[in-house]
Amino acid sequence: MMLTRGYPDYMLESIDLVEATRDRRLKESFGSMQLEEREEILRKYHPDYNARGRRPVRLGPNKGDVFPHEVVDILEAHPLVDPSSIDLTHLDFDLDILIIGGGGAGMTAALWAFYSGVKPENLLIVQKLRLGDSNSIMSQGGIQVADKPYDSPTIHYLDALGGGHFTNNPELLRTLVLDAPRILRWHEGLGVEYDREASGDMITLPCGGASRNRIHSAKDYTGMEIVRNIKDEVINKGVTVIEFTSAVELMMDDADRVAGAVLYNMETGQYYVARAKATILATGGFGRLHIQGFQTTNHYGATGDGIALAYRVGARLRDMDSVQYHPTGAAYPEQIVGLLVTEKVRNLGAQPVNKLGEQFVNPLEPRDVEASAIIRECYEREKGIETPTGMRGVWLDTPMLELIHGEGTIEKNLPAMFRQNRRFGIDMRRSPILVFPTLHFQNGGVEMINANAETTVKGLFAAGEVTGGTHGKNRLMGNSILDYSVYGRRAGISAAQYAKEVKVSRVTLRHVKRYEALLKEAHVETTRSSPILLPEYRGEGVLSHSLDIF
Amino acid sequence: MVGRDSSESTVKIYVMGKEYAVPSNLTIMKAMEYIGYRFIRGSGCREGFCGACATVYRIKDEYRLRMVLACQETVQDGMYLTQIPFTPANKAIYDMEEVKPSGNTLLEYYPEIARCLCCNTCTKACPQELEVMNYVQAALKGDFEEAARLSFDCISCGLCAMRCPAEIVPYNIALLARRIYGKYLLPKSREVKRVVREIEEGKYGEELRMLGQMSLADLKKRYAERRIT
Repeated sequence: MMLTRGYPDYMLESIDLVEATRDRRLKESFGSMQLEEREEILRKYHPDYNARGRRPVRLGPNKGDVFPHEVVDILEAHPLVDPSSIDLTHLDFDLDILIIGGGGAGMTAALWAFYSGVKPENLLIVQKLRLGDSNSIMSQGGIQVADKPYDSPTIHYLDALGGGHFTNNPELLRTLVLDAPRILRWHEGLGVEYDREASGDMITLPCGGASRNRIHSAKDYTGMEIVRNIKDEVINKGVTVIEFTSAVELMMDDADRVAGAVLYNMETGQYYVARAKATILATGGFGRLHIQGFQTTNHYGATGDGIALAYRVGARLRDMDSVQYHPTGAAYPEQIVGLLVTEKVRNLGAQPVNKLGEQFVNPLEPRDVEASAIIRECYEREKGIETPTGMRGVWLDTPMLELIHGEGTIEKNLPAMFRQNRRFGIDMRRSPILVFPTLHFQNGGVEMINANAETTVKGLFAAGEVTGGTHGKNRLMGNSILDYSVYGRRAGISAAQYAKEVKVSRVTLRHVKRYEALLKEAHVETTRSSPILLPEYRGEGVLSHSLDIF
Repeated sequence: MVGRDSSESTVKIYVMGKEYAVPSNLTIMKAMEYIGYRFIRGSGCREGFCGACATVYRIKDEYRLRMVLACQETVQDGMYLTQIPFTPANKAIYDMEEVKPSGNTLLEYYPEIARCLCCNTCTKACPQELEVMNYVQAALKGDFEEAARLSFDCISCGLCAMRCPAEIVPYNIALLARRIYGKYLLPKSREVKRVVREIEEGKYGEELRMLGQMSLADLKKRYAERRIT
């Protein structure tokens, strides 16, 4: 197929229409939706409302709640290992705090547990990939903090509450916005280079659903810049870390408190028994479950393991029916389909436009509303552009940025996006890019019951994307880095305090046997097991002809 | 070996020397999965941000060795490739409260910077196309700002360190340079300081507690009426 500027001819014809309307659109702003309009478009077009995509879970604390099939599948599944094959009398680790997950939340928790007096050798981060490999490192756009004279934590609270359809836990949200500036100060002290004015005050940008400019970023490598700083601190402080090792089952003590986990070295097959006074779940989200077949922006290990582990010890989940589809995932070329096109592109002024070059939605609606409008444009109004591989998308008119803010804006502010497109022959300064919603974030999760990052089960703390409550049923941009920072910190501090007071007894896996009994009682007949640890992407041709010999 | 799906155009690649036919529009990472590799190492964010999938390849009959990210590079016919999923790199241990932003700090922690031969091999190896040698030279001179600026987009994939004949680990030096620059040389935000103080004094607590107790109808009204600037 012949490509010009990275696109086939028929797509270039549509780009001509986008270019023809650009001058006019630069002067136009598309109105925002009222609350009623938002509700209607969500009901009609948001994938969460697709009845075929979900079913009730048949057992456990959320019995009867309706979740996506892919989530129910990992809850209604057998344990990976038979408890009787694990020797619990030999402890490989006897810790103050076990942290499951080495992304932003886990590493932040480790550091604040350390600052709270826990010795680094009594802390263990167990991480499925390399330390820092996580959704945290990939978040490009930035972090919301109300630090400007025209803004306040109260306005931040209202924006997040409305964005979450008024379903957020008020205590958790209040703590989120009040701790936010403190997190920014901590980051400053670590050396995180946020984009600043010459005075030192930070540059802020607007974002979907926020009523003030509140996004603080570090070019479009915000997550990477934060993660590499805190990762360096974790290493400098000597925290114990084991990579390429997963928690496959939580353990409980005789008093039914969570007391560590059984770990599995994915490279050698050996298991380790890690007893801990406190356990922090920081396993991240579930993008790699590909809810309803959607592509995802998430990292390779985002398989929702924490939900399965926590559910088996009886932790309640909340808002698991709610999935965030980022409005702008790459829809072309095939090599990058599903990857994130940061919201910062729209924050800076790029408009989504259809194949005729028309605007059809305000660029800064909350994410679920924006995503629904794009789905409607492609599949109801038939004004999307179909790619050579059959995917539909709308244009994100990136050349507008150079016209609004001057030449060089894209290379300076969006170097990662610029680089990614250039690798595939597309110059986003000259041509728009094609986008479609992509599975981005787990809005709900293991219910956090208070601002100390506690769950409904004693001894189990949680932080970051694995948790539910802070964002209600929809998270705004910039509140996820903030979430893992605020609650990673609080989980570290609370777990350190708890570990000082508690004395764990003998560890057991009795709850796993109880869960098997529940499965039987609920007539769940399946060969599925969970957590699933890593997704399966091997080719059909291989899987259909593979032998399990070696 | 014959590819199973003949409906699309295929290319031949050689994974650690072994030949496979794969669809021509796949990234190296997806091609390796297509032929049956299931990654434990060598796959991370899959989006070009984490550096887990550093890959080296040579095209058949070409002398040049190329360095890329497997998740960001399309396969080509005749590609002989291998992944470098781990770099045994030296990282200094330091306390950020005690390091000083002085001219020779970087040399103290990483004396090997002085061994730089200015051969530019690191720059050629960088899949982010950064001017690696120039930031190493800036670090040698103690120019934190320049080292920070030139290295900011580094994803720590490790390829520069694997290629450096002087055994320097450019990306860890850059990390320390940026941290010192960010912590000691960039001016701090007065606005952040102010709002932290206000919160400590309890300025927003009452207002937020009131919102927490408001009825849903009142909250919706308050939300709809908020000023958007």
